[in-house]
Amino acid sequence: MSIVVNTAVSRYPDPAWRGRITASLIALIVLWPLLIASEFKPWILLDAQSLGATRHFLASFFPPAHSKDFLVLLMQDTWQTIAIATAGLTLALLSAIPLTLLATESLSISRLESGRMRLASAVVRQVVRWLLVLLRSVPELVWALLLVRILGLGPTAGVLAIALTYSGMLGKVYAEILESSEAHATQSLLKNGSGRLAALFYGALPASASELVSYTTFRWECAIRGSVVMGFVGAGGIGQRMDESMKMLAGGEVSTMLIVFVLLVACADLISTFLRKRLG
Amino acid sequence: MQHCPSTVPTRIKPATLLFLLGLLTLICASFYSLALQWSELFTADAARSSIEFLRGFAAPELAWPFLIKVAQGTLETLSMSALGTGIASICGLTLALPASGRFGPAARLAMRLILNILRSIPELIWALILLIAAGLGPFAGTLALAVHTTGVLGRLFADALENMPPAPEVILRINGAKPMAAFFYAALPQILPQLMSYTLYRWENNIRAAAILGIIGAGGLGQMLKYHLSLFQMQQAASVIIAMLVLISLVDGTSFWLRRRLTSQ
Repeated sequence: MSIVVNTAVSRYPDPAWRGRITASLIALIVLWPLLIASEFKPWILLDAQSLGATRHFLASFFPPAHSKDFLVLLMQDTWQTIAIATAGLTLALLSAIPLTLLATESLSISRLESGRMRLASAVVRQVVRWLLVLLRSVPELVWALLLVRILGLGPTAGVLAIALTYSGMLGKVYAEILESSEAHATQSLLKNGSGRLAALFYGALPASASELVSYTTFRWECAIRGSVVMGFVGAGGIGQRMDESMKMLAGGEVSTMLIVFVLLVACADLISTFLRKRLG
Repeated sequence: MQHCPSTVPTRIKPATLLFLLGLLTLICASFYSLALQWSELFTADAARSSIEFLRGFAAPELAWPFLIKVAQGTLETLSMSALGTGIASICGLTLALPASGRFGPAARLAMRLILNILRSIPELIWALILLIAAGLGPFAGTLALAVHTTGVLGRLFADALENMPPAPEVILRINGAKPMAAFFYAALPQILPQLMSYTLYRWENNIRAAAILGIIGAGGLGQMLKYHLSLFQMQQAASVIIAMLVLISLVDGTSFWLRRRLTSQ
């Protein structure tokens, strides 16, 4: 047996190599216009001038800036980044909860009775869904860019941008989690005449609470990343500082900020994993 | 309160209480320290200027020459996202081999660390750094997407490789197959649908990222949006935003369809 496998295997190291090579060739031909459209020219990287600029910039990364004033400033910005993410997510939560309650299909009494939703409720649900889709389809950076025009530079634009995008995401996913949870308890409560809120609190919520909290923690982690990025359009925090240092080509400052940023994300990651493990 | 059973366990553990208190402190501290300009939001003046701002968007620009430019931007964004994801899926699989412990625990730890660093720096920051090496334009954006996504996919692929049932590959190895052959015959077919599904999921994320990367000068629709917004040409900006939304929903739809086909097979 082993001999048979051995010869077959040594003759064809990859069972599907013909298919794979053909697929790669076809993919390359199909991708050609994409390569042109995105000006894919890797040799630019090896151009002497750009190599020199890159080397110069990277060399200035060491040593990372560590003067006391700069570190104090950086700590303030880091806190601002965390605060923007937290405040934004809190506002998102406040607006996502009522929207979720409106959008969740398993809390529909009319559907339970007749198998179909009443027209008015169906329309309200659909409108809320579209609102959620609109809120989350516009990227947070675009919200921030627009809000900075209305509110001026500063953290308010960042907080609102996170609140808008994340209420769309939270609302959609919360509704999905609630709908996919065990429907039996909720349905029997509703059938026996309990109100929607009571059915939610006693039926759907206990069944899916840990999943809801776990998703919210995950989103908090994403919001921290998002709030860094929004600094680049002037919404405050560590991103705004990084943008300034980048424009001055102050490599040392950039590298310190990158280190702080990686640590920040790692911490948020740890906290969120820890919490989710406790729940799960 | 008749439906409230009296036996509901209402005891809260001290640890939970402590956590909730900490959370509340964090939220209060955030709102307090940010000093948000609520007055800017809720005065009649602010409402008027916001409405005026929003009305500027009305009647998106639909002239042909401009639409063609938008279409070019859309194609650029689409290519950036597709190429970035494609490159990342190949690099991710390559890096996932050491990261799944196939070359010893030391290589695994080192590679996981590298993947974590690639992953925790967002695309936009990679793009800023790469702009210096690759110059303004979509190429820097493509590279930035590829670098960040390599970190994400590498980790997901490594986890998939570690979590799959090892028996088929082990049996081939015991019977004398070479490592490479065993990998291609036994390991890859098992996880390929999962890898494809992860890649498609990242593509959905990357189309969003590609749409905004241009805001810092890395090409595509974002660059147009930034340009027209900074000139206060709101109608053009509105067209660009609509193009973004259409593109994102098209990619979402395609990816959803592909993933369903993958999982139904």
